[in-house]
Amino acid sequence: MPWTKLQIEREEPVFDENAGQDVRKLSFGEALREALDQALQRDPRVYAMGQGIDDPGGIFGTTLGLQEKYGPQRIFDAPLAEEATIGMAIGSAMAGLRPVSIHNRPDFLMMAMDQIVNAASKWCYMFSGQVPIPLVIRACIGRGWGSAAQHSQSLHGLFTHVPGLKIVMPSTAYDAKGLFIASVADNNPVIFIEHRWLYQHKGYVPQDVYAVPFGQGTVKRPGRDITVLAISHMVIESLRAAEQLEKQGISLEVLDPRTLCPFDEEILLKSLAKTGKLIVADVDWKTGGFAAEVVALAAEKGFGYLKKPPVRVCLPDIPTPASYVLEEAFYPGVADIVAAAEHLMA
Amino acid sequence: MNENHQNEIGTEQLWDLYRVMARIRLVELKIEELYHLDDMKTPIHLSLGEEAVAAGVCAHLRLDDFVFSNHRSHAHYLAKGGDLKAMIAELYCKETGCAKGRGGSMHLIDTAVGHLGSSAIVGGSIPHAVGAALAFVMQNKTAVAVSFFGDAASEEGVFFESMSLAALKRLPVVFVCENNFYSVCSHISARQPNPDIAMRARAFDIPSVKVDGMDVGQVFMKAGDAIHHARQGRGPYLLECRAQRWRAHAGSGDPLREKYRKPEDLEPDWMRDPLSELEQVLRSRRGIGEQTIRDITGTLNAEIDEAFYAAQSGPLPRKEDLKKYLFA
Repeated sequence: MPWTKLQIEREEPVFDENAGQDVRKLSFGEALREALDQALQRDPRVYAMGQGIDDPGGIFGTTLGLQEKYGPQRIFDAPLAEEATIGMAIGSAMAGLRPVSIHNRPDFLMMAMDQIVNAASKWCYMFSGQVPIPLVIRACIGRGWGSAAQHSQSLHGLFTHVPGLKIVMPSTAYDAKGLFIASVADNNPVIFIEHRWLYQHKGYVPQDVYAVPFGQGTVKRPGRDITVLAISHMVIESLRAAEQLEKQGISLEVLDPRTLCPFDEEILLKSLAKTGKLIVADVDWKTGGFAAEVVALAAEKGFGYLKKPPVRVCLPDIPTPASYVLEEAFYPGVADIVAAAEHLMA
Repeated sequence: MNENHQNEIGTEQLWDLYRVMARIRLVELKIEELYHLDDMKTPIHLSLGEEAVAAGVCAHLRLDDFVFSNHRSHAHYLAKGGDLKAMIAELYCKETGCAKGRGGSMHLIDTAVGHLGSSAIVGGSIPHAVGAALAFVMQNKTAVAVSFFGDAASEEGVFFESMSLAALKRLPVVFVCENNFYSVCSHISARQPNPDIAMRARAFDIPSVKVDGMDVGQVFMKAGDAIHHARQGRGPYLLECRAQRWRAHAGSGDPLREKYRKPEDLEPDWMRDPLSELEQVLRSRRGIGEQTIRDITGTLNAEIDEAFYAAQSGPLPRKEDLKKYLFA
């Protein structure tokens, strides 16, 4: 078994969103595969490309069998020319197609920043809405087993800074499918960021096509003492922390915004009105990142609700180290959220 | 003008080329004439001296073919049939502009004629042409995508990536490099170890040719071959059209007065005028009289004056619409 899978199995027990319920369940990865399958089925303008899309592994299983089903014209391997392939995707969108460009790691999207930031995000505004760019860029955050500094970044903070992009970061199988369907149906460029450690988690996923609308967060766990706004894999960590804290009599309300742009301000402010305390848990660096944006929003619009200064549980402002002992120190998780909660309740 | 080329082109076609080139020339001279008034509050990049390239290439394009262009896009836009009034209004940043005043002179667009928007990032629109070509193939169309870019864009990595992708997928895209030897004020010799841009296509098995971009007859013939090649499904093609940029990189400056070009270093082509050369041929060989030339000039100037008047008197965008169009 590949090393990465071994580590995830050891350190990331499978999370079942609908434990104990007799419902149709898929893993996060299977849900994404079903979503892509249905998107291709529904709309002949949709095509997907990416390095390794037809590999035996099929991008963490999310593209398995799709080339056989839809042919090499709609599902094709791509060279590692990120700037030109995303530029090509943009050009094809201008000509009426709906491309899905899949990248193993957000780190590699840096090579395509010109096309993402200077073209995709601006074409609609710059040309007064005449040429929308329906484009989905999928990328998967790596973590662990010495992935180190260039195979582990999320970088959604960079993307949320740029007007004209929509940023999607699902944490559960249900949301992964529904948000992907919505992403492909959207007429704008969407950056869809997955987390490597979410793929094996499972939950209820209806077989039918459904869309999870953008800009609508969800309460993953209701609570009364502290609002935890968590992003991507930190949602899972927050739910685990909430379970642990419950035994101490501390009740966390875990919010998942699901999309960072557009962002559901209402769900955050409503929860803050109840709890008055805020933890933002992110899979990105602390400084200048999306967590800072959430805290700024809480200060601007929810100042009156706040009883304590908000706390950010984020990556420390350093590149990801390789050594497993340093990784342990680097990645925040359940213990950090618990500590933050205890601090806020002290 | 090269006689072999011009002899192969019918008078009607030469006359069409003349009208397109003269229109570009007169439009840009008018822009230049009025630019100092500062009513056009947007950078301009004039194509004066380079008109033959856009005219010769676009003469082969159908309405459903796409062109992709750069900051120096006036000629491409007009040659593809872009609406003149909407272009001038865009230079005046008006709501009636082709991008409703959101783009300015570097971002012209006319989707009705297959001009999908020009990019001010050097090299930025090259892969867009590849993508449009990909779409044409997937949609079973026989349309062709043309990418116009300059010599400096050939220094960008995306140029090579785009050629590689286009060759890999055998896409109907024609890369048209307008080599005017200057990137702002930097000569190509300071930027490229080998100034032969056409040769680079060979690494990708893409046919390519160097073209005298001051000779519209030659551009027309070579572009015809390239576009035919792409349209037949035989894959991409690269044209390196060498031409002269008579004005500054931006604005209406004079490269000689600004002293980065020196009279003793000027290429012989500097003194040539693609429009006069064509006019000469039309008058001496095709029986077009001086009066006919004067008539067309008058007609074009009347159209241009009308476009400027409409642009100047058109409405500005409303401040309350600032955030409109961010998303579709």
